[in-house]
Amino acid sequence: MGRTLAEKVWDDHVVRRAEGEPDLLYIDLHLLHEVTSPQAFDGLRKSGRGVRRLDLTIATEDHNTPTLDIDKPIADPVSRAQLETLRKNCAEFGVRLHPLGDVEQGVVHVVGPQLGLTQPGTTVVCGDSHTSTHGAFGALAFGIGTSQVEHVLATQTLPMARPKTMAITVEGELPEGVTAKDLILAIIARIGTGGGQGYVLEYRGSAIEKLSMEARMTICNMSIEAGARAGMIAPDETTFAYLKGRPHAPEGADWDEAVEYWRTLRTDDDAVFDAEVVIDAAGLSPFVTWGTNPGQGAPLSSHVPDPASYEDASERHAAEKALEYMGLTAGQPLRDIAVDTVFVGSCTNGRIEDLRSVAEILKDRKVADGVRMLVVPGSARVGLQAVSEGLDVVFKEAGAEWRYAGCSMCLGMNPDQLAPGERSASTSNRNFEGRQGKGGRTHLVSPQVAAATAVLGHLGSPADLSDTPVSAGVR
Amino acid sequence: MEAFTTHTGRAVPLRRSNVDTDQIIPAHWLKKVTRDGFEDGLFEAWRKDDTFVLNRPERQGATVLVAGPDFGTGSSREHAVWALQNYGFKAVISARFADIFRGNSLKNGLLTVVLEQKIVDALWELTERDPEAAITVDLEAREVRAEGITASFELDENSRWRLLNGLDDISLTLRDEDDIAAFEKARPAHKPRTLTS
Ligand code: SF4
Repeated sequence: MGRTLAEKVWDDHVVRRAEGEPDLLYIDLHLLHEVTSPQAFDGLRKSGRGVRRLDLTIATEDHNTPTLDIDKPIADPVSRAQLETLRKNCAEFGVRLHPLGDVEQGVVHVVGPQLGLTQPGTTVVCGDSHTSTHGAFGALAFGIGTSQVEHVLATQTLPMARPKTMAITVEGELPEGVTAKDLILAIIARIGTGGGQGYVLEYRGSAIEKLSMEARMTICNMSIEAGARAGMIAPDETTFAYLKGRPHAPEGADWDEAVEYWRTLRTDDDAVFDAEVVIDAAGLSPFVTWGTNPGQGAPLSSHVPDPASYEDASERHAAEKALEYMGLTAGQPLRDIAVDTVFVGSCTNGRIEDLRSVAEILKDRKVADGVRMLVVPGSARVGLQAVSEGLDVVFKEAGAEWRYAGCSMCLGMNPDQLAPGERSASTSNRNFEGRQGKGGRTHLVSPQVAAATAVLGHLGSPADLSDTPVSAGVR
Repeated sequence: MEAFTTHTGRAVPLRRSNVDTDQIIPAHWLKKVTRDGFEDGLFEAWRKDDTFVLNRPERQGATVLVAGPDFGTGSSREHAVWALQNYGFKAVISARFADIFRGNSLKNGLLTVVLEQKIVDALWELTERDPEAAITVDLEAREVRAEGITASFELDENSRWRLLNGLDDISLTLRDEDDIAAFEKARPAHKPRTLTS
């Protein structure tokens, strides 16, 4: 019987298999950042172990880094201590590090692909749940905990139970104005935050094949929000073209050999998935969340749902709690929801294509009075690229704040936070209570919806904007 | 890792579903570089409310958390497990756990027990009626016992063996060092490297 993409990559990395035990899996690439690594390095030190494969390990600083005044000492002593701990650990163990201020610094899941380190058919791990992002290349990429980080540092392997596989087939054409973000939010709303539990999701079908690499990363990034172990997309010409010439992509004969292997990384026709979901792309529209988990979303054109409409008692209860926290009432049109802040960035939507699409909408328009808009590139390189295209000027002219790279308001470990009761439209991936700051209220949206919302002052899509961009001050 | 064989203690009923790790331990706690001292961060936002179940006098010293489905979703932060352990929890019972959280908990010796929702309901009712009620989580017998309730649970044999013996994963893996070295020898040249020699 044929095998799925995930099974092929898995099988190619099994170091040891024994009855009744998890497989021991070899890890091709280990990404580190400051938050989940200190206790792992500590563990190594205590047991007198080193890093087994420094050449498969790389670190960057992202969660705690400020996005303003990056040349000044970091104000928060606790954040500073954590970054200094990473620097000390990397120096002591010999790990390659891209610290704040370095041209390759940025959100760990933006940095790996951009350097060409994330490649088809590799296993990638990081002490961060959004490691699923790298699956866009046909890599098997898992978020892991700190104990596992230590395990990989010491052994370059992980004992893991073989996951089940689920196909998410998206056929057809995404309508104009509907993005990868809308698609993944709709998928999560459909299968639920626990729907992918125990599975590796494989996104496939004509709508997926048409997506750019960056859009594919947006999709795979949020697999974890459906509870999945990982998300994957089979590599194709789009993948190879993206990788070619990147700093760590194979070259010469290695490139040819690699591509030959990469072409085999497709689910066989006779392979059987443990579960299947089919989505019609043509039926989708811009999608936003109204609640406090990424599964609580609805089309922008619809209304805040009535908790009473849920049959399942725990879902009903969750919806009631969410509306209370979000300060929303059942039946309210989603478009009526006014926001204080718009955040564009994160490993979900902080890449150059995202910034371009936001700039396109903001050009010759103004951010609404009273709305604060932050644009944070996913990496320093993305920031430089945006500047070279003049996007930063567009953002600034529109009244948005253009910042340095990092996780920023995605989780507010740095000073970029929502104040209690403040409401945001955010291109990030989590709308949990307090995620963007204590008492903050988050609506997850696509970059296009974020940009239109910034101009309108309430949730909206580019289609809601008047045809001609308005001139300064007029709304 | 501390071994886990059997544990008996009072319980905290947490009637919420989808408790994500941002709720278990908010991000600003993640700046610490140690594995301890997270107890005050556990459910920090909810604990500001005096009526929150963890704040009730009758729940002090409880060691078993009985939670709603989809416990531990979201971020991979192992700090969530440390916070529960630092606070004094030995076991968490739920109808469904998020994968990464479950993996993290078992690596640290915090037993996560999956029971059907109707048993979780029964445990909630019992401990709400009688906060003194003891719940036993018996890993040897793979059984949860409380007044009027006996429920067996599943845990794969390998995880159980590691927990019962408190075994360190890394030393176990390093016994297979030869296999790892052999695998490394056969890796193709085109695989990515972070360092250029
Ligand atoms: S951008 Fe957000 S989701 Fe991505 S790694 Fe940073 S904190 Fe995590």
